Amino acid sequence: MTKKILYRGAEAEIRLSEYMGKTVVQKQRVKKAYRIEEIDRQLIAYRTKEEAKLIAEARSHGVSVPLLYDVDLVKGAITMEYLDGNRVKDILNVLEESERRSICLKIGESIARLHNHDIIHGDLTTSNMIFLNDRIHFIDFGLGCKNIELEAKGVDLHVLMEAFESTHSKYSHCFKDVLKGYSKQFQGDAGAVVEKIEEIVRRGRYR
Amino acid sequence: MMICLGIEGTAHSIGVGVIKDMRGSCHVLSNLIKAYQPQKGGIHPREAANHHASHIADLISDSVRKAGVDFADIDLISFSQGPGLGPCLRTAATAARALALTLEKPLIGVNHCVAHLEIGRGTVNGCRDPVLLYVSGANTQVIAFAEGKYRVFGETLDVGIGNCLDKFGRQMDLGFPCGPKIEELAKKATQYLGLPYSIKGMDLAFSGLLTAAEAYMRQGKRLEDVCYSLQETTFAMLTEVTERAMAHTEKQEVLLGGGVASNKRLREMVQIMANDRGADFFVPSRDVCVDNGAMIAWLGFLMYDSGVRMSLDDSLINQRFRTDMVEVTWRD
Repeated sequence: MTKKILYRGAEAEIRLSEYMGKTVVQKQRVKKAYRIEEIDRQLIAYRTKEEAKLIAEARSHGVSVPLLYDVDLVKGAITMEYLDGNRVKDILNVLEESERRSICLKIGESIARLHNHDIIHGDLTTSNMIFLNDRIHFIDFGLGCKNIELEAKGVDLHVLMEAFESTHSKYSHCFKDVLKGYSKQFQGDAGAVVEKIEEIVRRGRYR
Repeated sequence: MMICLGIEGTAHSIGVGVIKDMRGSCHVLSNLIKAYQPQKGGIHPREAANHHASHIADLISDSVRKAGVDFADIDLISFSQGPGLGPCLRTAATAARALALTLEKPLIGVNHCVAHLEIGRGTVNGCRDPVLLYVSGANTQVIAFAEGKYRVFGETLDVGIGNCLDKFGRQMDLGFPCGPKIEELAKKATQYLGLPYSIKGMDLAFSGLLTAAEAYMRQGKRLEDVCYSLQETTFAMLTEVTERAMAHTEKQEVLLGGGVASNKRLREMVQIMANDRGADFFVPSRDVCVDNGAMIAWLGFLMYDSGVRMSLDDSLINQRFRTDMVEVTWRD
């Protein structure tokens, strides 16, 4: 079994591995020596469990996410499908404007499909989206939760807005396309969510 | 070579620093600070500004004398243009304008948050392109250079970390600022009490946790245990978002800045995180890590040196001067 580290994130190591003859990804949350045992244990167990639950539920509602193969709560490891696509973070700045805007529309539509079922991703950055087969796949639900409140949906999109401003500053206008796609697909009051984002911006410091 | 005098006055401290540039690194000639101490409660903006106004003239003379330079040797005056408390900012800006006009020297207003980052790059050996965890009373930001500007990758969604600790401490009559006392009390804790851990992407929220900590006190839990739990939880959150920003920006250096960076436990946690990532950990010496005039002087120099000029009309203060509003002309 190969155990090549694909990516070392802030809280987990992502390895390429094999599972019943398939190439898979193993996401292993690692113990953090900087925090006390009580917090470390609780965060790792809780996030692993929540992430697996949310991925499974997102899939059941037709949102593109990796297939789950195995979850080990003791080790804090999730084994899932390897998505051989591109991180949106890596391609967004180099695409043609029309393609970029079309991807942003799709991002918005896919977020709306999550929000239609009160699934909050929790860390919507372009690093956590994989573009494959013309679809946006979400990964890393580690900070996610289920929440029916408008506030949670607003904060979720606000995180993405900030990612656009910091990582794709030349194309931050494309966040409008994200909202356009979102409004098209969201079954609730999309206008209220957009207003909520504006409210969150206003109550931030120095706004 | 330039000699620059900087005036800092965003909150409870008024500071005057004199620096000399030594081929891209900052040599601090003097750096005097006077801090306003409220009779009770937190910072009252007008009283803080009165405090600053009564000390600024002496601070300028003392700082210039201590630097061993003459007023005529000073090439540039800079001041904290924002963000901060209006009355305090205006007091510092007025002093800077008066000094610049009297000495007939150029004037530059600088962003306080960016100054915290630049003083790290300017004074700490090896610190070149860090992710800054800037933790003070009012500010909690994770800042890094990306796409031509200093961008805020994560920040508090409600109060600053120092303010969070102060709000808790004030209810327990710990005085102002409470951070050092909370740090001492935490050392005598015997158990961890669970508190809400609230991070959203790379942003943080402290208000829920503060309410929960206050509830523990009403239930009669030991103050030492609550202080310990408050520190462990908030600092774990801060360290985690900093690590997230490092992973996201793929940077290999972390720098601490702001008053709360004096906390030894926070330093230890960020250092462990950096070591585990194989990254470098930097913290400036205490006098340039807290709010101070030298960092304002240094950023003023960097801006002036890269061609930035400011007219008196443009020297209005900006209480809501955001980090990402600054055009970074001195870095590629």
